[in-house]
Amino acid sequence: MATNPVLSPSTGRRPATWGTPLTYALALAIAAVSIAPILYVIIGGFRTTPQIVADPGGLPDPWVWDNYARVLSRSNFWQQAFNSGVIALGTTLGVVVLGMAAAFVLARYTFRGREALYTFFTVGLLFPAGAAILPLYLMLRDLSLINSYYAVILPQVAFQLPLTIVILRPFLSAIPRELEDAAAIDGAGRLGFLWRIALPLSRPALVTVGVLAFVASWNAFLLPLLVLGDVNLHTLPLGVQSFSSQYSTDTAGVLAFTSLAMLPALLFFTLAEKQIVGGLQGAVKG
Amino acid sequence: MTSTDQTRFPAGGVSTPPAGHRPAGRPSSRRAETRRKWYEIVGLTTPAIVVYVMFVLVPMGFAVYYSLYRWRGVGPPTDYVGLRNYTLAFQDPIFLDALRNNAIIVFGSLLIQGPVALGIALLLNRRFRGRAVFRLLVFVPYVLAEVTVGIMWKLILVENGTFDALLKSLGLGGLVQAWLADLDVVIWTLLFVLTWKYVGFAIILLLAGLSNVPHELTEAAAIDGASWWQTQRHVTLPLLGPTIRIWAFLSMIGSLQVFDVIWVTSVPAVRSLGASGTMATYMVDNGFFARLWGYGNAVAVILFVISFVAALLFQRFILRRDIEGAITRRAN
Repeated sequence: MATNPVLSPSTGRRPATWGTPLTYALALAIAAVSIAPILYVIIGGFRTTPQIVADPGGLPDPWVWDNYARVLSRSNFWQQAFNSGVIALGTTLGVVVLGMAAAFVLARYTFRGREALYTFFTVGLLFPAGAAILPLYLMLRDLSLINSYYAVILPQVAFQLPLTIVILRPFLSAIPRELEDAAAIDGAGRLGFLWRIALPLSRPALVTVGVLAFVASWNAFLLPLLVLGDVNLHTLPLGVQSFSSQYSTDTAGVLAFTSLAMLPALLFFTLAEKQIVGGLQGAVKG
Repeated sequence: MTSTDQTRFPAGGVSTPPAGHRPAGRPSSRRAETRRKWYEIVGLTTPAIVVYVMFVLVPMGFAVYYSLYRWRGVGPPTDYVGLRNYTLAFQDPIFLDALRNNAIIVFGSLLIQGPVALGIALLLNRRFRGRAVFRLLVFVPYVLAEVTVGIMWKLILVENGTFDALLKSLGLGGLVQAWLADLDVVIWTLLFVLTWKYVGFAIILLLAGLSNVPHELTEAAAIDGASWWQTQRHVTLPLLGPTIRIWAFLSMIGSLQVFDVIWVTSVPAVRSLGASGTMATYMVDNGFFARLWGYGNAVAVILFVISFVAALLFQRFILRRDIEGAITRRAN
């Protein structure tokens, strides 16, 4: 493994070639299994419920826009998308700020108990977050935070911190000491170094942890289910769930609502695919 | 990792004052500098520590406390029942069913997703035009919200729905089941949905592992006359060990706590009969919705202990080498 960095550049120069027909056949089959159900939902949203009942696997004939229009104009879709957005952004901001501050100390300061503090945070990776949901609800209730954005944001920040610190710390440790020395000679203290040098330099890592926190928050269901009883505060996952049980006979409407709820995640994924995939891979590689 | 004490900077030769705002040459400046360092350490870490302790660690402590009471969640708990909630849980056949379902999901995920993901990752690791697109498509299900995935499959698997129509059109009409209503079938249906949702995660990790396998090794094997299969089996697979073990760990922890997909996809009636519920859905059903807070918290503690012990055992016996390697490699 040690020779890997030396040898690997040659792989980059190899031109991509066409694979065998078997390779493509298998790859296409796998892609179909991954994508077909999603396409079915999106296309199904363009059919009417009687069409779907008569021929579950058919194509729209004719294509109807009514389901999508109905969902967008009459349901709480926009309100829920807004709530999801506020909570996801709040979570991301909290995770990035708190995680960066803690990881900076753990990476660039030498003090007694540093490794203990790091271990203390990493234990959170082993912690089954779901198990604590009932007492968490009770605590938020006692703090009168139920039915507020904070009830979702604060615990989500807390649960995302261990992963964030594990990703950020090695990144910050890797900043050469010469840069810190140079900053000190220019009169910047450690905080100046954090703000003016470490922060800009760690942008790629910050984007990664930010994207991971955003996606986790956007998709979250259990915590919002318990702490957001107020319908006006419902996030999209709660909205999809309640719309599908409330209008269970309106299959076409449910399909339309579900695909609209998927759309932001799919868009976001195509935009931030590198960060999501790279972040997950990096986090696990250590 | 920085090994030198940063307060000692700047040391040799340079006569500029320490990196502070006030130039101070007196001996007391050293102590002031140390104090400043501690202010910074405390100031920067306190918010993270407070949030982390308050919302991750403290609730679990409260769970242990509440679990010793019979309590409907109103006012302070007073009806102390000792460990009775725990014994009740292990006497409830629905909870034992939940344990069994969790076991099916843990082992089913490992045994199905592992080989499937490995096969797909090996395929997508071959060099061919358009590979990047396939890699992207395979990963899409993982990014969708669990709830969306659950509703989606619920609609597809509904009786006389699309999936059944597809089977019939393939001449496999005899296989049609009440996928989500048959008490003997539903857990396997859910396992399928979970596999569809999470196999992309395993693939992405394995592809990362595969990209670390030097091309020269597989080429050398090929030159020595090894077939593609022999190369994968004897060269690539052993080098993937750490990646596979870390994926198995994450998969196990996730499977023990699984809630969203189960909750959304299977109807409460089926769940309440024990056919599809997991520890987490059982906990939320009883604790939150039935307002048996003491009992629900006991289930939470059981779920916590099982997950934590599983995690520690895995960590201790299977992961240790990998993690030590990863940390030292990264730090240097």
